[in-house]
Amino acid sequence: MDLDEYRRGARSWLAENAPDTRAEGAPDAGGVAAAKEFMVKLYDAGYSGITWPREWGGQGLTQAEDRAFAAEAQDFALPTYVFSIGLGMCGPTLVDLGTDEQRRRYIRPLLRGEEIWCQLFSEPGAGSDVAALQTRAVPTDGGWVVDGQKVWTSVAHHADLGLLLARTDVDVPKHKGLTMFIVDMHAPGVTVRPLRDMSGRAHFNEIFFDGVHIPAENVVGKVGDGWSCAVTTLLHERLSISSGVGMGGQKDNPAAFEALRAAHAGPGGATDPLVRDQLVELYVRSRALALFNQRLAQETKAGIFPGARGSAAKLLLAELTLFQADLATSLAGPEAVAYPGEGDGGESAGVRLANTIAMAPGMALGGGTNEIMRNIVGERVLNLPPEPRTDKNVPFKDLRTSGDASAADGRLA
Amino acid sequence: MKLVLTQEQRELREAVRGFLATASPLSAVRTAMDSETGHDPAVYRRLAGELGLTGLIVPEEYGGAGAGHAELAVVLEETGAALLPGPFLATTAAAVALTQARTPDKELLSGIAEGRLNAVYVPASGVGVDAAGGDGRAVLRGTAPQVINGMDADVLLVETADGALVAVESAAEGVTRRALTTLDPTRRQAGVTFDGAAGRVISEGDENGLARTRDLLAVAVAAEQLGVLRAALDAIVAYSKVRVAFNRLIGSYQGVKHKLADMHCKLEQAESIVRHAAWAADEAPAELPAAAALAQVYLGRACFEVARDSLLLHGGIGFTWEHDAHLYYKRAKADEVLLGPPRTHRARLADLLEL
Repeated sequence: MDLDEYRRGARSWLAENAPDTRAEGAPDAGGVAAAKEFMVKLYDAGYSGITWPREWGGQGLTQAEDRAFAAEAQDFALPTYVFSIGLGMCGPTLVDLGTDEQRRRYIRPLLRGEEIWCQLFSEPGAGSDVAALQTRAVPTDGGWVVDGQKVWTSVAHHADLGLLLARTDVDVPKHKGLTMFIVDMHAPGVTVRPLRDMSGRAHFNEIFFDGVHIPAENVVGKVGDGWSCAVTTLLHERLSISSGVGMGGQKDNPAAFEALRAAHAGPGGATDPLVRDQLVELYVRSRALALFNQRLAQETKAGIFPGARGSAAKLLLAELTLFQADLATSLAGPEAVAYPGEGDGGESAGVRLANTIAMAPGMALGGGTNEIMRNIVGERVLNLPPEPRTDKNVPFKDLRTSGDASAADGRLA
Repeated sequence: MKLVLTQEQRELREAVRGFLATASPLSAVRTAMDSETGHDPAVYRRLAGELGLTGLIVPEEYGGAGAGHAELAVVLEETGAALLPGPFLATTAAAVALTQARTPDKELLSGIAEGRLNAVYVPASGVGVDAAGGDGRAVLRGTAPQVINGMDADVLLVETADGALVAVESAAEGVTRRALTTLDPTRRQAGVTFDGAAGRVISEGDENGLARTRDLLAVAVAAEQLGVLRAALDAIVAYSKVRVAFNRLIGSYQGVKHKLADMHCKLEQAESIVRHAAWAADEAPAELPAAAALAQVYLGRACFEVARDSLLLHGGIGFTWEHDAHLYYKRAKADEVLLGPPRTHRARLADLLEL
C-alpha cells in the first residue's frame, strides 16, 4: 500500500471512530472505560503500535506510516492519555530489553489498552539524581521483596502494571546496584495515593511499597543493570515528549499570543504602548521556539537525529510557559487572582488564568528541571567538561542522602 | 517551509568557510582593519572573482549566479562569522536594491557581478532630488550621514527622500565623502554630502520595490548577525574547554556551563528564524515582511547578548585590545543598530501583527 493510500485510510477510520471531545488530563473511571474501548478498536484497526515488531503484536511498519497516522490524528481528540506512559516509555523498553516471554505476555495487551502502565523511578529523595533512589528489592524465595516509596507517578491510580527501578545492592556504587522490575500494581502491599500539586489538583500519585513480592521472571534486563535499562526508558521518554513539544496545546491556552492579543489589543490595536511591546515580545519568543521545533522536525525527517538538542527545545518551552503565564496574569490584573468559584460563575477568565500561572512551574520541573536541561545541553551538545563527581566510585551505603544530618547543614562528608 | 540546508547550500557554506579560513583569518582581519582602506582588496577581488559572490543574487542574464536569498544568507553567515572587512555587505545591498527595481539596470548589475564595480546602497535619508532632468537624470542635494563602506564606493545608489533610486558616481562633481570613526573597526562608514551632484535615475515611485528591498536587507543583516553570534559562541565554548581555574576547566562550572547552554538555545532559535526569513524571501513574499521584522528583532538582541556574554566569560583577557572578543562585541552592536534603532523593528513587527 502506498503512503497516500495509508493516510487516506487512516483519515477515514479516524473520522468514523474518533470521539468528539478531548478529555483533559487523567480521566475518571468512566473515562478510562471509554478510553479502553477506543484503544481496542484502534488496535484492531491496526493503528496502535504501528512501528512495533509484528511478532509481539505490533504492525511492523515504518516511521513513514507512523508519521502519516500522527499527522492525520492531530485533527482529532484521541483519548490515549492513560496509555501514554505505556506506549511512550514502558512498552518500548520491553521491546528493547525484555525477554521473549515478557514481550509475549505484555506487549499485545499494552497496545490493545487492556492493561495500563505507569513508570516508577523518581522518589522523594531522588529527583534530578534518580540513581540515588532508596527503594530496596531484597531476594527471597522465587523472587524479590520490595519496600520503599515512589513519587510523581502519572496515571498510577488507573495502572495495572508498573516499570519499577529499585536498589538490589548497596555495597556497590550507586549506578551499579539498581535493577528494573515489572510490578503488579494490584499486588498486596502496593498503596497508591493521589498527590495534589500546587494547582490543587491530583495530576500525579505517590506509591508506597510495603513488603511487595515480585516474581523472579519479572526482572527486566539483568540484575544490577537497572541504570542502563532506565537510560533506555528515559531516552524513549524524551523522544515522546520532544516529538510533541511546542507543536500544539497553544490553541486553548489563555496565555498564548493569540489569546492575549484578543484580550488586550482590540481591532484598533493596543492603546498602551507598553502592552503593545509586551505582546511583541511574547510573539517573538513563541515564534522563535515554534520555528526551532519545526526545524528539528524537518531535520529528523531528513535523517538528522536531534539527540540532546531536544533538551534545548524543552528548556525553551519551560521558559516560554513561565513567561507567558506571568505576562497573561500581569496584563489581566486583579481579576486573575480573585474570581467566582468554578461551580459559581462557570469558566471565568480568572479561573483559567489562575490555573495557567499555577501550572506554569510544572513544565520547568517535569521531565528534568531547567538546570538538568542546561547540564545536558552543555555536556552533550556543546561537549563541555562534566562537573567533578564525588558519588561515582563510592559504595551506595557510604553516600550521603538528603535525609542525613551532614547534608542538612551543608557540610561535606 | 524549508528550514534545513540543502546539499548544495551546505557545499556553498563549506566553500566560503574554507576560503575565508585561509584568505581572511582573524589575524588578517586585524592587519586589514589597521590598513588605510580598512580591508584587503586582494581578498575582496578573489571573493568576487574566484567565488563569484558579488554576483550571487544577480540574475544570470546580467552575468550573475541567479541564486536565491537562502544562498545569500548562507554566504553572509560565513562572512559575518569571519568578521570580513570590506564592502561585501554594502555591495550586496546595492545588488538587492537593483534586482528589486522595476527595470533592472544591466550596466550596474553586470559591473557588480563581475566584481569591477563597488556599488554601495544609501538607504532613505535626507537626500532629495533638487532638479529632475527629462533625460533620466537627477540632481541630488542633501546629506547621508552614515553610509557603510562609503569610502570604498565607485557608485552610490541613493534612495532619495521622495522614493527614487538614483545612481551617482562617487567621483562626480558635488559629491563629498568624509570617513567617520567607527566603533566597529572591521567595518567602516562615511558621511556623504550631495551638493548638486548629478546621477542617473534607476526607478521612481516604486514603493513596492523599495519596501521589498528594506525587508531583504533586514534578512541579509540578520544572516550576518547569525554568523557573528555563532562565531562568538564557538570562541567561548572552545576557551571554556582549555582555561583552568581553581584546578578545573571553567566549562565544568555550572555558572559557566548554564550560560553557554542558554547561549546555544539562542543560536538554535536564531538559525531557525534566519532560515525561515530567507525561505520567505525566495518562496513566500506575503510572509516576508513579518519574517524580516522578526529576524531583526530577534537577531539584533541575541547576537549582541551572546557576543557580550562571550566576552564576559573570557574574563579579563576579553577586555583587552589584543583579544578578539571585542571585535565580535562591537560588530554585534554596530549590526544591531545598522538598520535603525531596535525599537523601529519592534514597532514594525507590531504594526504587521496589527497590535
